[in-house]
Amino acid sequence: MKAMSAIALGALVLSPVAAIAADPPPGATSCSGCHGSNAAADSPIPKLHGRDAGETLAAMVAFRSGERPATVMDRIAKGFSDDETRLIADWLAAQK
Amino acid sequence: MPVTTPHSRRRFLRSSAALAAAAAFPLPALAQKAPRVLVIGGGFGGASVARELRNLDPKIHVTLIESNATFTACPFSNAVIGGLRDLKAQQFGYDKIRAGGVNVVNDTATAVNPASRTVRLGGITLPYDRLVLSPGIDIRWGALPGYEQAAAAKMPHAWRAGDQTTLLRNQLVAMEDGGVVVMSVPANPFRCPPGPYERASLIAHYLKTSKPKSKLIVLDAKDQFSKQRLFQSAWKELYPDHLEWVSLSAGGKVTSVDPATNTLSTDFGKHAAQVANVIPPQKAGRIAELAGVANQTGWCPIDPVTFESALVPGIHVVGDATIAGAMPKSAFSANAQAKVCAAAVAKLLTGAKPQEPRLINTCYSLVAPGYGISVAGVYAPAKDMLAEVKGSGGVSRLDAPADVRAAEAVYAEAWYRTITTEVFG
Ligand SMILES: Cc1cc2nc3c(=O)[nH]c(=O)nc-3n(C[C@H](O)[C@H](O)[C@H](O)COP(=O)(O)OP(=O)(O)OC[C@H]3O[C@@H](n4cnc5c(N)ncnc54)[C@H](O)[C@@H]3O)c2cc1C
Ligand code: HEC
Repeated sequence: MKAMSAIALGALVLSPVAAIAADPPPGATSCSGCHGSNAAADSPIPKLHGRDAGETLAAMVAFRSGERPATVMDRIAKGFSDDETRLIADWLAAQK
Repeated sequence: MPVTTPHSRRRFLRSSAALAAAAAFPLPALAQKAPRVLVIGGGFGGASVARELRNLDPKIHVTLIESNATFTACPFSNAVIGGLRDLKAQQFGYDKIRAGGVNVVNDTATAVNPASRTVRLGGITLPYDRLVLSPGIDIRWGALPGYEQAAAAKMPHAWRAGDQTTLLRNQLVAMEDGGVVVMSVPANPFRCPPGPYERASLIAHYLKTSKPKSKLIVLDAKDQFSKQRLFQSAWKELYPDHLEWVSLSAGGKVTSVDPATNTLSTDFGKHAAQVANVIPPQKAGRIAELAGVANQTGWCPIDPVTFESALVPGIHVVGDATIAGAMPKSAFSANAQAKVCAAAVAKLLTGAKPQEPRLINTCYSLVAPGYGISVAGVYAPAKDMLAEVKGSGGVSRLDAPADVRAAEAVYAEAWYRTITTEVFG
């Protein structure tokens, strides 16, 4: 514990780390395992970074309800509530 | 220490003479211009942590220690064994990771001293503020009687991709038609739970299409396995004459092997094999044990929010080496855990509180070319474990039509391209 606070202090005093701009909400960094942040336009699994948040949210809600057919997204969308999904969609929309 | 810019520092650290000089004067954390994070293991977990840390905060000095100059990926290596893919498609270098500002040291870490917060490699010592281990697996040599290190040259495991993958492929190619291939599968836990069954499928596919009088016998130390109903229904349809799975209760547990005669023994009899693929019992990569972060199971208990070791403060562990509750040991998990761990480490270095994570895993398996299946899950911390979020996850539908299987095979390839680009590209 002592060592940890010394490091924290050292980091604060000597290396003011820039506040990490808008931390990704829980789960958001896992999406890029399949939806690459640099995915090519013709990638079978599309890029989500920069996509309109409303579109991502609507797709996730439809995957979860089963209204939109899916191979895997139904199983993934069920792991997130509406609020959690909205946060992810907003964060993804703000990424390049 | 003649260190000015991160760039000159990186070059400086690349020569081992300079490393030795740096080691002679290990600077205490407080005298550092920037926090230092060491990462041991440049596979799916470690390379992801190193990159993500640099992306989150370029001021953190990140050093990635990796034994091999070229990484050989296991996902899709079963397709190499089945003759559907070149091993070159599995190999990646570290140039892009270096270009991103990570100091990559091509050497093997041999000791960790948590008290002085230092790591030894090749006779030199490097200090850290936080250490991340993603060493993958080691084989428990001798845990299966007869399966010592030398046996792997005769009966390949091919559970760490590379020469072993090529050896198993070459043995299959050299085998005469009519030969018997025998595979031994261990009890849980082990790297890539569906991996043995994907491999069995693709070997059976090779036999069916190239050596139709031959057969694969899978001797299993379990009665249940990942995506079992999907695999078994596909086997019945595709490989009825080429693949026989023997469960634990049917006498499948291999109790010893003899490399001299290429024989695998169970309590019920002996199986002589033309080609023997022994997937042996495993444990966390040896450096985890040396660092004191592995417990009596051979694997590493961790905090599910930060991936910090439950045994040694200041050391984080991700990937196959961890005891991650419901999350399986996969490249997908290792990469997802790495991103969560990097975010937590960046927070901890500034004294901030890491946030509760949510993680995803998906493992695709090929049953045949153009025939993919998957298991997916969403995970959250629950007490000191990662538990599956209720209602999420599961496997591909058992009754899915052929076009869905074909789509999943395409998505599997897309996943592999995406993840290897995120990690190495
Ligand atoms: C046949 C097979 C098929 C698979 N298919 C899939 C799949 O389809 N999807 C999937 O998600 N996963 C798959 N996996 C699992 C996947 O390969 C592992 O889960 C993944 O590699 C784990 O990442 P890791 O970082 O823990 O370990 P690794 O990727 O193995 O990386 C560990 C690295 O650490 C290095 N290292 C270890 N100790 C030291 C040391 N002391 N000093 C320096 N370097 C060190 C090693 O050289 C290695 O490069 C498969 C595995 C197998 C065997
Ligand atoms: C295992 C790989 C994988 C992961 C992880 C994944 N997706 Fe997907 N995603 C897919 C696939 C495949 C599709 C196509 C639909 C299907 O078959 O399930 C898709 C489709 C989508 C679509 C519709 C895109 C379109 O243009 O049609 C959205 C939106 C989406 N995913 C959001 C997400 C979000 C948000 C996450 C993270 C919480 C995520 N995905 C994680 C594989 C993945």
